[in-house]
Amino acid sequence: MDLLDPLILARWQFGLTTLYHFLFVPLTLGMGLVVAIFQSAWVRTGNTTWLQLTRLFGKIFLINFAMGVVTGIVQEFQFGMNWSAYSRFVGDIFGAPLAFEGLLAFFFEATFIGLWIFGWDRLSKRVHLATIWMAWIGATLSAYFILAANAFMQNPVGYTMAEDGHRAELTDFWAVLTNKVALATFPHTMFASLMFAAAVVIAVAAWHLARHQHLDMMRSALRFGMWTMLIAFAGVALAGDQLGLAMVETQPMKMAAAEALYNTATGANASFSIFSLGTPDGSSEIWSLRVPYLLSFLSTHSLDGTVEGINDLNALYAQRWPELAQQLAARGDNFAPTIWVTYWSFRWMMGFGGLAALVSVVGLWLTRKNAKRAVPQWAWRIAIWSAPLPLLGSLVGWVFTEMGRQPWIVFGLMLTEDGVSPSVPGWNVLISLIAFTAIYAVLAVVEFGLILKTAKKGPEPLPDPETASEDAANVPTTVY
Amino acid sequence: MDLAYLWFFIVGVLFVGYFVLDGFDFGVGMSLPFLGKDDVSRRQIINTIGPVWDLNETWVIVAGACLFAAFPEWYATLFSGFYLALLLILLALIARGVSFEYRHQRDSLRWKKGFDTLIVVGSALPAFLWGVAVANIVHGVPIDANHEFTGSLLTLLNPYGLLGGLTTLLLFFTHGVYFVALKTDGQVRQDARRLATRSGILTVVVAAAFLIWTVVNAASGSAPALALVIACAALAAVLLIGSVVANLAGREGWAFGFGAGTVVFAVLTLWLALFPNVMPSTTDPAFSLTIENASSTDYTLTIMSWAALIFLPLVLLYQGWTYWIFRKRVSRSRIEQAAAQAH
Repeated sequence: MDLLDPLILARWQFGLTTLYHFLFVPLTLGMGLVVAIFQSAWVRTGNTTWLQLTRLFGKIFLINFAMGVVTGIVQEFQFGMNWSAYSRFVGDIFGAPLAFEGLLAFFFEATFIGLWIFGWDRLSKRVHLATIWMAWIGATLSAYFILAANAFMQNPVGYTMAEDGHRAELTDFWAVLTNKVALATFPHTMFASLMFAAAVVIAVAAWHLARHQHLDMMRSALRFGMWTMLIAFAGVALAGDQLGLAMVETQPMKMAAAEALYNTATGANASFSIFSLGTPDGSSEIWSLRVPYLLSFLSTHSLDGTVEGINDLNALYAQRWPELAQQLAARGDNFAPTIWVTYWSFRWMMGFGGLAALVSVVGLWLTRKNAKRAVPQWAWRIAIWSAPLPLLGSLVGWVFTEMGRQPWIVFGLMLTEDGVSPSVPGWNVLISLIAFTAIYAVLAVVEFGLILKTAKKGPEPLPDPETASEDAANVPTTVY
Repeated sequence: MDLAYLWFFIVGVLFVGYFVLDGFDFGVGMSLPFLGKDDVSRRQIINTIGPVWDLNETWVIVAGACLFAAFPEWYATLFSGFYLALLLILLALIARGVSFEYRHQRDSLRWKKGFDTLIVVGSALPAFLWGVAVANIVHGVPIDANHEFTGSLLTLLNPYGLLGGLTTLLLFFTHGVYFVALKTDGQVRQDARRLATRSGILTVVVAAAFLIWTVVNAASGSAPALALVIACAALAAVLLIGSVVANLAGREGWAFGFGAGTVVFAVLTLWLALFPNVMPSTTDPAFSLTIENASSTDYTLTIMSWAALIFLPLVLLYQGWTYWIFRKRVSRSRIEQAAAQAH
């Protein structure tokens, strides 16, 4: 492998910066909703417990927000910097949802978050509450447009090829926005983000409860978090099921790769392996734990459906795109993604999510109203340490969905290797890869430290209205 | 094809918005070592842009996305061509953005000093490099028949590009110091007014040189909008001088307003000098990217036009409201009070 191969470096950079960006996105999407709910509960009931929770989790939410913005700029810039051939090819289509995201959603979100942070004593209670909801709506819309753009890469729709074949041109924007992959990915991602926010609420609450601090407030937060987790998990599973169907229909190779299914199978033979031992690419397995019919059911919603295998799909694709097949074969490749990555990331995604939900089921039982025994310390510890589970699930989920699309950058239209910037020398990409890795690593440590500190410090006492100065209504209490 | 011309204008407006808004908060960031004598005054300065720097910065994301959508060829050539310059801008913006959020999280003076340095560098580097980048776009760079940039980072560091960078650096600096004077009280306000006078005069000299060079270039290249280029350059110059005069007269609001106007017309001067190209090639004019050959299809542009025409006014409305909500000066006493509350 050539160390200065721009393609490999650009791919690593995209993977790294995207996953890193996605550390912050779920907390913005999920925690934004949680904080908005807490604040609504306070405005409705006047119970200051909810106000304190709003402020505590609001602070965690904000430590994270600036990171989401700055890492988002990197995302947008690198399409042009590292993937200029791709940008030229799909810009007519792919750029539009990005522009919509900016104009409709992102401006909205960033403005209202600023108003929410600094507007506590400048806006009326209700207007201030509205700002956090507005910010969340902006974030949600933003997520939709980005996922629609990504869905075009998974399942291109609403386009036609230019006469000279140099680019894909948009013919139906509505089709791009209602891409069936986008429609399934959106709720899947939103619910997964909510799971992560719930897990953070649970962990913070458990940490304080284990130390017998703020008992009433944290018990409310804990139970709220656990119920939210279960509801969100149900949402993730249902949307994931729909996404699976859409995947089989639009990218059958991805489903085959998820299961390391080399030969087409039907009915009982289309079994789902929960775990397997064997070569990393799953081509020869030593032992596996299998559930018959399950793969068939997941793929087709029918017990005797047929699931196409990698080998058969490869043959089919080679027939459809003979030139590209030769191009791939020249470097010993074919139309299948890296199987061990897809196989394991698919399992870990579901495993992490399932574990997180299980913790909540047990937790709800242990903390029920008429529970006779106190919750044991080990249970608190598990609740605290399970905080990253949904995030890990989301991250490997993205690894699966993006690596599973390989070797295509746009499925059926453009190979990843053809999308890279032709004029950028490898050492430029290497420098930027090193720079981003270094700065992101430092920031991750600082960010994590700050969130931890805030979480451990817990809710802050509310200011005494008696001592607040006369002009308090006109100056921000929140200052840097 | 007419819509592509409209989008050349809209992308220009978005960059005008970005340079006016992030421009002054770059200036505020750069002013820290000059105006921030102690931690309270540094906090006072940073809090003038606290509620707005984030939304100011979003303008570059939107401008970039619209450039991508409306002119994919331009976006691809520019972003892959100016690779290292943009990388430096990105790193600077990251360092700056997180510094605002992190500096107040701990009470250690060393912690704060470190982030203050990052704010200064993170503001100065983009303020300079954006000028270099835009000047080079206008001036033209080596681009081959496939619309690929064939130069390097050094290609960009030519005299005209460097002068462009110096101009934006000084312009944003002065513009930011006006803003500090407008939004603070006490010692910081007085210091800011004095500093703005000095930096303002220096800016007039450098900006005049850059604008004249731009006009001369445009005239020798027979730019179709030459009359407008000259008019905009003249307006920028008048507004800049006006801002210095207003500052001397103690009219901070006018000084800041004129400063913003200077940025608007300076960017318009460059945009009109560029027209109808979007990225001229110095290798061969036939390889130049133009509004016509770099744009998206009419269908894409139509959809985006509706979005922009409906949502841009709305954006200006709610962002204007934000500035209205936070219109009060950031007083020293208030910062001290907030610091006392935190303990």
